[in-house]
Amino acid sequence: MGSVWEYANPVKFSRTVSKVLPFVSVGALACLAVGLVWGFFFTPEDYRQGSTVKIIYLHVPAAMVAINAWLMMLVASLIWLVRRHHVSALAARAAAPVGLVMTLIALATGAIWGQPMWGTWWAWDPRLTSFLILTLFYLGYIALWEALEDPDTAADLTSVLCLVGSVFAILSRYAVNFWNQGLHQGASVMRVEAVTGADTEEKVSNIFFAPLMVCMAGFVLLFLALVLLRTRTEIHRRRLKAIEARERMA
Amino acid sequence: MIALLLRDLKLAVRAGGGFGLALAFFLIVTVLVPFAVGPDTQRLQPIAAGVLWIGALLACLLSLDRMLALDHEDGTLDLLATAPIPLEGVVLVKACAHWLTTGLPLTLIAAPLGVLLNLAEPGYLWLVVSLACGTPALSMIGAFGAALTVGLKRGGLLLSLLVLPLYVPTLIFGAEVARRGAEGLETQVPLMLLAAITLGVLAAMPFAAAAALRINLR
Repeated sequence: MGSVWEYANPVKFSRTVSKVLPFVSVGALACLAVGLVWGFFFTPEDYRQGSTVKIIYLHVPAAMVAINAWLMMLVASLIWLVRRHHVSALAARAAAPVGLVMTLIALATGAIWGQPMWGTWWAWDPRLTSFLILTLFYLGYIALWEALEDPDTAADLTSVLCLVGSVFAILSRYAVNFWNQGLHQGASVMRVEAVTGADTEEKVSNIFFAPLMVCMAGFVLLFLALVLLRTRTEIHRRRLKAIEARERMA
Repeated sequence: MIALLLRDLKLAVRAGGGFGLALAFFLIVTVLVPFAVGPDTQRLQPIAAGVLWIGALLACLLSLDRMLALDHEDGTLDLLATAPIPLEGVVLVKACAHWLTTGLPLTLIAAPLGVLLNLAEPGYLWLVVSLACGTPALSMIGAFGAALTVGLKRGGLLLSLLVLPLYVPTLIFGAEVARRGAEGLETQVPLMLLAAITLGVLAAMPFAAAAALRINLR
């Protein structure tokens, strides 16, 4: 087992992706199928929320992936700025649209759940608002990638934007908290007592929790599969461009 | 650096009308608001502070793409990059000049415009204070956005898309100071947070902007 930097070599990366991708895709599909079917059809309805509680199986994993996708882009941008591995920059680029779609899924499912539960599609709640701001950051990031023609300049500038954007995203998160107190509940999934403890009022009941974990695994695998696939596609596109340029020279 | 500042100021005042444009835009936005929400002064009063902040922010945004693009076109920026002063200093001076020709006049004109929107009596002082504290951050963040998009032919729209999300914390705290001031509540906490953001941005952003500029000049 060599160092992780071996995968900075595009050829090695592509080869590994070709080997890994089928497993990841099938894993994602299986997890999502099992988790969603289990969640939608084989869990009881919540005694207060009725069947609307089941949207949790889409909402929570999508929101989690949306935030962590930005985190992954941040790490990839740093690696690009420090070590200048093209695969890293391309992975950051590949993750952005996936992250954007995940934020939109989280916002949409949240609105669909909020309508019957809170009586409104949208409220200017801190969590909702920060997610909307995150969407804007994704949009700006993707737009900058699309606007710049030179790939290295684009990778550099988007990396700088990602770094600065991360700082401002966190700032906005707390500024928004200051600005308005919210309706949205606190985090109740990724806490230790929520996983291990007995059922209490605060936590997600164990009956709902097991399929939720499967769904989260499914979403993570789906994200991984999409990012790997998109990165590989981008590498292939670059190689095609290089070949075309060489043929034009000849 | 002072010579550069004076040059930028002279260029802004004498050539191209960038100086008055932001002020005129601010005035027009403020005038348009009553047309949209109705002339009822009781309804205008509670939103006055927020509307003035939004107006000032958009007016600030309007002149951002001129900050570096003109110098990039005629090659001045390449000369500045090789000049003995660090590029961080150049960016800071550029943002400073932008603030002196945009942020400062906007701050001064905000109070008379407050009359048009029937801003509450105690709000005038806090509106001016909050704008004076917040607009330097807007100029500096804008300089970063301008540095990112300087190489693009039509970067104006992209610039807004990149910069506006970055303006969120400044806007929240700035408008909060003005709103609380107008309602006669205590303003110390948001004012301190606003000042913290401005100082932090002034300290750190020149480095990010200069990095972006170096990449674009490569």
